[in-house]
Amino acid sequence: MSAHLQPRTTALSRRSFLLTLGGAGVAVAFGGVASVARAAAASGAAGGLTPNVWVTIEADGTVNLISPAVEMGQGVKTALPLLIAEDMDADWEKVRIVQAPSDAKTYGNPGFYGIQLTGGSETVRGYYQLLRLAGAQTRKVLLAAAATQLGVTVGELATEPGRVVHAGSGRSLSYGQIAASGMLPDPLPRASEADLKPAAAWRYIGRHEVDRVDVPSKVDGSARFGIDVDLPDLLHGAVLRPPVPGERPERIDDSAARTVKGVSRIVALPYGVGIIGESTDAVRRAKEALVVTWSTTSRVRRYDSAALAAIYHDIGRDLSRTGVTARAEGDAPAAIAGAARVIVADYLTDHVHHATMEPMNATARVSGDTVELWAPTQGPTATQRFAAIAAGTTPEKVTVHTTLLGGGFGRRAEDDFITDAVLLAREVEGRPVKMVWSREDDVRHGKYRPLAAQHVEVGLDASGAVVGWRHRVVADSIFARTLPQMFESEGGLDTVVTDGTIFNYRVPAHLVEFIRQDNGRDVGFWRGVGYGQNNFGVECTLDEVAAASGVDPVAFRLQLLSGQPRAQKVIETVAALAEWPRPREGRALGLAYTDAFGAHCAEVVEVSLNRESGEIRLHEVWCVVDPGVAIQPRNIEAQIAGAIVFGASHALYEQINIVAGEVQEANFDTYRVLRMSEMPRIHVTVTPTPENKPAGIGEVGLPPIGPAIANAVARLTGGVRLRHYPFLPDRVKAALAG
Amino acid sequence: MATFTINGRAVESAAEPDTPLLWVIRDELKLTGTKYGCGVALCGACTVHVDGEPARSCQTPVQDVDGRQVTTIEGLSADSSHPLQKAWIAEQVPQCGYCQSGQIMQAAGLLASNPRPSREDIVAHMDGNLCRCGTYDRILGAIERAVQEG
Repeated sequence: MSAHLQPRTTALSRRSFLLTLGGAGVAVAFGGVASVARAAAASGAAGGLTPNVWVTIEADGTVNLISPAVEMGQGVKTALPLLIAEDMDADWEKVRIVQAPSDAKTYGNPGFYGIQLTGGSETVRGYYQLLRLAGAQTRKVLLAAAATQLGVTVGELATEPGRVVHAGSGRSLSYGQIAASGMLPDPLPRASEADLKPAAAWRYIGRHEVDRVDVPSKVDGSARFGIDVDLPDLLHGAVLRPPVPGERPERIDDSAARTVKGVSRIVALPYGVGIIGESTDAVRRAKEALVVTWSTTSRVRRYDSAALAAIYHDIGRDLSRTGVTARAEGDAPAAIAGAARVIVADYLTDHVHHATMEPMNATARVSGDTVELWAPTQGPTATQRFAAIAAGTTPEKVTVHTTLLGGGFGRRAEDDFITDAVLLAREVEGRPVKMVWSREDDVRHGKYRPLAAQHVEVGLDASGAVVGWRHRVVADSIFARTLPQMFESEGGLDTVVTDGTIFNYRVPAHLVEFIRQDNGRDVGFWRGVGYGQNNFGVECTLDEVAAASGVDPVAFRLQLLSGQPRAQKVIETVAALAEWPRPREGRALGLAYTDAFGAHCAEVVEVSLNRESGEIRLHEVWCVVDPGVAIQPRNIEAQIAGAIVFGASHALYEQINIVAGEVQEANFDTYRVLRMSEMPRIHVTVTPTPENKPAGIGEVGLPPIGPAIANAVARLTGGVRLRHYPFLPDRVKAALAG
Repeated sequence: MATFTINGRAVESAAEPDTPLLWVIRDELKLTGTKYGCGVALCGACTVHVDGEPARSCQTPVQDVDGRQVTTIEGLSADSSHPLQKAWIAEQVPQCGYCQSGQIMQAAGLLASNPRPSREDIVAHMDGNLCRCGTYDRILGAIERAVQEG
């Protein structure tokens, strides 16, 4: 272990081992002396210099960099390799980016339990140090090799992008020339934190905006998503699922479906009916022609989302219903019991769907006990496991080719679309089957964010100061299904459902409880997950407390965040940009803040309200985000703006209704997402603090937008509170009517 | 048997006459830049041009384009030189990118008929094209840039 590294996790210590002591291992693999190194890199580059598992430099100067995470719109295919390029002083124009194979041991995220899953805004945060170290180690290898070639000492050398320079003689070697010589220092130099470039010397990070590498392919139709996979002898597949999860086909009348031209197989699956044929259109027609009698025994048939919302709401308010404690600082119940005044607030959030523009799909080929998969998946290594289970083989017999993802938002960490493709491919051994869900399948068979109730109680002393804060979250668990071991080890706490309840506001006593429900319907990760739900409760309650005390919401938050300059700064800045609290004719401002994903993000919205129709109009959004190090500020702006749109969409419109286990929505007419005509003007200001580690930025823009809207409506209406996502016109009218 | 021109090339399809043009384009002609999003003309991901006019290929039976000219994103320009494609790159519009072929084809239809659209014209014309990543701001900016720079 390098003395220079302070590992944050076991996984990081393994990775730093590879980069430091592991250097010796690499040298051994190439022979004991500095010699010609023609390693086969994971990048598939022909020959070249391979100083570590991330980089291969070719003789023509091409620098192949591995990107270990999947690209689903967040820009990591550019941001991660850029970190390597920074510290190795690569010429970005010469960089070629290679998608990592499915190999968590080598390419797992050291900041995310060592797994190779892209999600949770963990990617840049988790890989930041490792990839910069890989770049620094590469630079040291290049310097050492160049010193030998030039007959000088390393200390006399410097690097410029793509080149080692000897200022004393004016000579220089390009990285390609160094690679062509085939000389590799033995032992390979190690890299530690001391070798990282100081921020003042950065060329790319926060200084030079590069274009996203995936953009050209996304304007000419050449980008290949999972749904675009084409292979020799490709067959097409579809799966008819039951109207209620958990049912199975009892009788299949496929007499009409079989007559559809181009349909080759119709097979019963444990949870549905599979169709295989020569074209998407053929399997679609056959699917529509199937007549299936389903079992009627699933417990999900008792699932009624509106009824459950009322039940969860009551459980939240019934303090005799105890759950798992997520945080207990001081004695909040006692502080509240002894408070001069208590503010009590309840919030509800309906199920919401991911609605990735690319519906779920995957392509699989099964040959004997091996499986090859082409899939738009957020978790290539988990996908190996899912496929192995479906194929009755072992994960190492499964090869995963990760494609571009047409949106992820947590949905593509799931197994159902992988299982579909593998089960169909098993029916036609040796031939690949591309399985694509219809939009209706995608909406009805989602892994929605949990339906959740929040009950918040805040005790105030006679001066209006907070003395105790109690927050109860009532919801089904995501981790109980997706990460049961973690769920068990946390004693039944689901931290992804309670995220956002534990905040950086200073309160003297704080109790957070998770009261888990289990009504049989799978719930899943979503953009912002728990933060998106719980920030609604926290930030609206703060405004209620401020209003009760007659304190300005900005001043109130600044006071609760005393001693936290980053948090205070984003709030002060956004308030200034929005000219808080200048009154607007017929409109009002609302504020919310979050410290999610290591960032600080504050948003102010300006809304108006049609009291007759109950429709809220979102006019302007100002957002200030401190992401720590801002690797590519322009991409951060885009991610924040996108998350604001996503968050506004879910706070205003999005809703999955389940009646007797059946999802009522099916397509974009009933599952309404925000359109261009409903766009506010969005002003994003990125205020980097380069002395801090980078934060996750793909989700943090989402949580504050909903509470900011509700807070603005309250200010517009003399205190009418919206307590139930989404803020549908009927709900708004009911709130106005009191 | 529908016979038509796609991106300047004469093709014929033996698909059933009522097969959506989308699937002929993707499965038979292997032009996968045109996307399936909803199948019922609610999202615009499948937008192509038929005789120069934007059309939802998921709701266009292949028989309807018999004898007509179809243009997909692959045929908009040979080298991403269409003003909208250049503007899309300059503004760094795409995130996941899945809807962007349809967005560009829809926008191209607007500029072909209205070279100087107002912001309101643009919003009205683009409102049927969904983007789940929320790139609407940059889409608007790119269209306005293309209008400026031609």
